[in-house]
Amino acid sequence: MGATITEKILANAAGREQVSPGEIITARVDAVIGHDITTAAFRELEKMQVEKVFDREKVYFTVDHFVPSPTLDAAAQLKDLSAYIAKYEITHWFEQGRGGICHAIFPEQGLIRPGMVVVGSDSHTCTYGALGAFSSGLGATDVAAAMALGELWLKVPSSIKFNFFGALPEMVTGKDLILHTIGRIGVDGARYKAMEFCGETIRNLPIDDRFTMCNMAVEAGAKNGIIEADKTAREYLEGRTQEPFLTFSSDQDAVYEAEHGYDVTKLQSMVAQPYSPANVAPACEINGVKLDQVVIGSCTNGRISDLRAAARILRGKKAARGVRLLVFPATQHIYLQAVKEGLMEIFVEAGAMISPPVCGPCLGGHLGLLAEGEVAISTTNRNFASRMGHKNSKVYLSSPYTAAASAVAGYIIDPRQVI
Amino acid sequence: MAGKAWKFGDDIDTDAIIPGRFLANWNKQPEKLKTNCFIDLAPEFAKEVAADDFVVGGANFGCGSSREAAPVAIKMTGVKIVIADSFARIFYRNCINVGLLALESPAASAGIRHGDMLEVDSVAGVIRNLSTNETYTFTPIPPFVQQILDLGGLVPYVKKRLGIS
Repeated sequence: MGATITEKILANAAGREQVSPGEIITARVDAVIGHDITTAAFRELEKMQVEKVFDREKVYFTVDHFVPSPTLDAAAQLKDLSAYIAKYEITHWFEQGRGGICHAIFPEQGLIRPGMVVVGSDSHTCTYGALGAFSSGLGATDVAAAMALGELWLKVPSSIKFNFFGALPEMVTGKDLILHTIGRIGVDGARYKAMEFCGETIRNLPIDDRFTMCNMAVEAGAKNGIIEADKTAREYLEGRTQEPFLTFSSDQDAVYEAEHGYDVTKLQSMVAQPYSPANVAPACEINGVKLDQVVIGSCTNGRISDLRAAARILRGKKAARGVRLLVFPATQHIYLQAVKEGLMEIFVEAGAMISPPVCGPCLGGHLGLLAEGEVAISTTNRNFASRMGHKNSKVYLSSPYTAAASAVAGYIIDPRQVI
Repeated sequence: MAGKAWKFGDDIDTDAIIPGRFLANWNKQPEKLKTNCFIDLAPEFAKEVAADDFVVGGANFGCGSSREAAPVAIKMTGVKIVIADSFARIFYRNCINVGLLALESPAASAGIRHGDMLEVDSVAGVIRNLSTNETYTFTPIPPFVQQILDLGGLVPYVKKRLGIS
């Protein structure tokens, strides 16, 4: 019987020939990732009286959620984290101004490679499936255990295959693909499962769009999202890493719990409406939703191609009066690249506020919380009640094209109506 | 110990359990999470919940973020058991690790009404609804997970694995 990519990576990590969905295995962990809120994991490590992490080269930390510190609690947390990083001699440590958002900075720095098992105390750790790695989010204590032992117990997930075919229409992106998919299967449609994205459309999909798709696998309840590491992935890795890696493909006779096929040739720009990432409709069908704020960026859509897409719409235009436009490049490197390409000038001319590379309002932290009754469109990944501020505010999720076009219009609009 | 059921719906996300704005440095003083548990969704919860009450959810309880602060916030209110039709996976693991008992029971989730008095009989392996005289079974805890629970959680488990006394 054949195996899926996910099963092959986990079998390799468990030192086994084969693993089966549903069985509990102990897997070797190749990297553990964290950010400022993961300071909690170090406190758990101390409770375990563990003096050393399993391999200091395999623990990656950045700061992105509450930075620059908006409160005294956040400042104290950052101070404590810096001390833990020193105590445990963590090598891959990205301080403020030297890194960015976890799920963008670690791949960018060549620290994520195909075939790896990566865990971290952030639910969007599943992003790295875009490079053919098994990656999954955990809580702080699990991450502490992984840092201590270099292994993790987990239940092998069954896989669901999502086969996309056809060419994507103009300005329809990986974000639209994943919103469409979550809209079809629901927020628990892949609960505990691996979501495997494949087919002609995926083979032609740029790497940044792949990161976006795998990033949001958890919004359908998935344990991981994964795409076979192909030429596009190898091109991305060139110049980023010298380390060897293993690439896995699903066998022809691999067993899937379900298979879905989507023809994308007529797919439109999609929007997830409050208060669920699965409450999805085409942007052109959501008329007259007036906006107070537009957020472009995050671990979902803060990469260079996302900023280029937004700039393509915003060039020579201005955000509508009354709309706050906020741009969050995902890393310092992406920020600098956007400066060099003149994208920042376009954003500033359009009336945007440009943030350091942080999570900001995505999780209701800071830098753009919504007041009661306010409405935002955002390229982030969640639109739960309270997510970006007041419990009676609303967040719509979209691609950078749709968000930028909506900023110009002042209400939600299909980007093809602006260009 | 009998306690009252606090009934919630499907897809209760971790932002609803404890919003992101309370996460900065949360586990320095986890007891501070108590007053903000379900603050936006059910502001009366933190004020009125009694120790040994139950949180009862629908499908996909605890979806969304990986924040361990979510089960810890519930635990800090004195609630010891959460019952749901199903749990989101990271939340379920976090419950095991922080010592909040998560019982998966579609029948209990469907049958229990807000305010019903409940008790869990761990010997018989059932949830009893004292208000309706119904009894519900729950999905057995996997043996491997039970081993971790028997040791007292993941922290003692890791210490044992590494030979730290």
